[in-house]
Amino acid sequence: MERSVIFSGFGGQGLLFAGQVLAQAAMAEDREVLWIPSYGPEMRGGTAYCTVIVSEEPVGSPIVERPDVAVVLNPPSHAKFAHTVVPNGVVVTNASLVDSRVEREDVSEIALPLSELASAAGDPRLVSVVALGVVAARTGIVLAGSVHRALVDIVGRKRPQVLDMDVAAFDAGIRAAGGRPIAEILRDEARALDATLRETVPVGREP
Amino acid sequence: MTVETRVDDQPRVLYAPPELLADRSTTYCPGCGHGVVHRLVAEVLGELGLGPRTIAVAPVGCSVFAYDFLELDFVEAPHGRAPAVATGIRRVMPDAFVLTYQGDGDLAAIGTGEIVHAAARGEAITAVFVNNGIYGMTGGQMAPTTLVGQRTTSCPNGRDPAFAGAPIPMTEMLAVLPGVAYAARGSVVDASSIGRTKQYLKKACQVQLDRAGFAIVEVLSNCPIGWGMTPVESIEHLRDAVAPVYPPGVIVDRTAPARGG
Amino acid sequence: MTAVAERPADAPFARRTRVLRKGNEAIAEAAIRAGCDAYFGYPITPQAELLEWMARRMPQEGRAFVQAESELGAINMGLGAAACGKRVLVSSSSPGMSLMAEAMSYMAGSEVPIVVVNVMRGGPGLGSIGPGQGDYWQATRGHGHGDYRLPVLAPSSIGEAMDLVAASFEIAERYRTPVILLADGILGQAMEPVEETYRTPPRLAADWALTGADGRPPRVVKSLHLKPEALEQHNRHLRAKEAAIRDAEVRWAGERLDDADLAIVAYGTAARVARTAIARARESGMRVGLFRPITLWPFPDAELRHLATQVRGFLVLEMSAGQMLDDVRLALEGARPIAFHGRTGGMVPMPGEVVAALHRLENRTGGPAR
Repeated sequence: MERSVIFSGFGGQGLLFAGQVLAQAAMAEDREVLWIPSYGPEMRGGTAYCTVIVSEEPVGSPIVERPDVAVVLNPPSHAKFAHTVVPNGVVVTNASLVDSRVEREDVSEIALPLSELASAAGDPRLVSVVALGVVAARTGIVLAGSVHRALVDIVGRKRPQVLDMDVAAFDAGIRAAGGRPIAEILRDEARALDATLRETVPVGREP
Repeated sequence: MTVETRVDDQPRVLYAPPELLADRSTTYCPGCGHGVVHRLVAEVLGELGLGPRTIAVAPVGCSVFAYDFLELDFVEAPHGRAPAVATGIRRVMPDAFVLTYQGDGDLAAIGTGEIVHAAARGEAITAVFVNNGIYGMTGGQMAPTTLVGQRTTSCPNGRDPAFAGAPIPMTEMLAVLPGVAYAARGSVVDASSIGRTKQYLKKACQVQLDRAGFAIVEVLSNCPIGWGMTPVESIEHLRDAVAPVYPPGVIVDRTAPARGG
Repeated sequence: MTAVAERPADAPFARRTRVLRKGNEAIAEAAIRAGCDAYFGYPITPQAELLEWMARRMPQEGRAFVQAESELGAINMGLGAAACGKRVLVSSSSPGMSLMAEAMSYMAGSEVPIVVVNVMRGGPGLGSIGPGQGDYWQATRGHGHGDYRLPVLAPSSIGEAMDLVAASFEIAERYRTPVILLADGILGQAMEPVEETYRTPPRLAADWALTGADGRPPRVVKSLHLKPEALEQHNRHLRAKEAAIRDAEVRWAGERLDDADLAIVAYGTAARVARTAIARARESGMRVGLFRPITLWPFPDAELRHLATQVRGFLVLEMSAGQMLDDVRLALEGARPIAFHGRTGGMVPMPGEVVAALHRLENRTGGPAR
């Protein structure tokens, strides 16, 4: 099955980075994934976005008409993308900046003060990482533990001095969305994995 | 042709073709200055022992045939692009001696971008720039270096600066760039100026060997056919009309202060 | 929290070691691992990351990198380095490729091997920076002036682009010809997981390359042959070389063709859209397959013609107004109906549009097969 997430907002909100973390998490689950940015002048203002497509098969069309999940971090991107999600899709709305809500019955909109949560975690620019926590907790596209590991890997390689802050922001997103702390999630995932490993070796989805 | 004389019964060579000059009849027009410049290049490279290391770049224009007359490895560049081609060679062949040979249409018109940036990068390249003020190969049209008032097939009433601008002093322009270690202008007017031109060329080669930067020698040359003159008239014109507009001499030499600290 | 953050980044599911890599960067790294000695480029969207990757990596490897003053400068630097027998990569996007046309022709004429990457964008003119396939004619018809053709390889995924980089160098050197790797803005800008398996083609003896005439007669790399008889002879030689390339280097891929009675012909990113459209069309009972040329020149015309014995109609899908369409028509010689769907300007066709075009083609070819 193919699932897609669009991360949209202002340039500088870490959208491309959050998409990259999600993509790496999917890759680590041995799944196929494609990450594609908007690469135009719009990157320098207005709406910026990237799309991540996760699939069990090689990814076909790189452009999705209707994403399964839309992360919208500012008002223009809410107007542009929130209503485009598939029936029963998920919209993650940054209620810190966006007042409007999706007027559709068949959409589950999770509106949370993502910017404030990011500031509380240490840096308002981590708003996309908080959103990533919400996506991990509420969509099941990839395991929260996979996202966590990808975050640790990427940030750990590039900017290890801010890693704790990134993990805190991610954890804040998960918990704001009703999930349990990441430490507990990781422990449970590891236990489940160990059990699976004992049953079938090797584990993993077919590519 | 070799000319010998005998002093104390010992043969003494007064004149011999340089080894790097092919033993071949010229295809240039009667009286054309390219032959002199080819010979100077062959002499200088020979005297410095650079023939086996040289990769030369031929331009588009009359002197595209340089590869027929100089016994060197050659690549033919698109029109004006010799400095870019030479840059590519320079960057992958650290031990090669890289020489470009360009006319004024090639270097000062269509190839201005390439020569300016190769010079600005300070590429260790020696550029020979033969300026005869005209497009010879295509039938004598106006070049960027054509003198004001000079008649050509594309300015039949003489170059009018109000329409065509003034002649471009290309070498002076390049000389302001810090990457240019050495820039000089010689000519083929007479034996003494040819001798000085040879010294300029030799210095420009040494600059490359020392990796001091980019080096260019402009050589004022004649085009009797394109100018509508006899060879003798064309040399007189070169001396009396062209040289005053493009004064020969060393234009910049940044090697001396660099060495002195 | 720190204890959690320090958990190793090992992926418990992964059986394959893959890295997530942007297309432009994957192409650049593949070139480096293929033994690329020199890279020359100029910034242009959507290929700028290729230049940036090379700016960082080539000096690390002790190899040549120059950001040129223009695409004219870049391709001619490439000509110079390649004339010395070095393995050279130059990259650009559509408008920049037009500036390179002159040197491409010179290199074809003077038989200089080089690999040139075009990350195509929308045209004509300055066009858009969105992805496009509007340079198909330019690439497959030789790219510059004169009478010649160049091998053109078109990847459809980032992993395939990496494989084709090494193949491009191989073909370039085997036949002493420029080779074009034709990608588009999507392939340049997207990231996909790729296996870091690289190939370095062996070096062939370059008994034509310029090294300085030391102990041997001088060599001249040139395309000028003023005598018409001599130039015609040279052109015959180039034709013979092209015939050898046609015989040996055709590449294509088929997907879901076994039971197909309709086929989409598409390359590059358009072929990916086709793959999604085919999956949807098959859900509604249509039997559709994909014929994907990988070499655009030489075009897999015999293979496509063979497919015409099986399928009832073809849909050509392009991110252009219909350029490969010409080659499909030439290959099929009217054997089967050909429909076309294309988007231009930086637009990417949507799978839904393609499915609709398939339905129209099916009706034209006599309704659903039974």
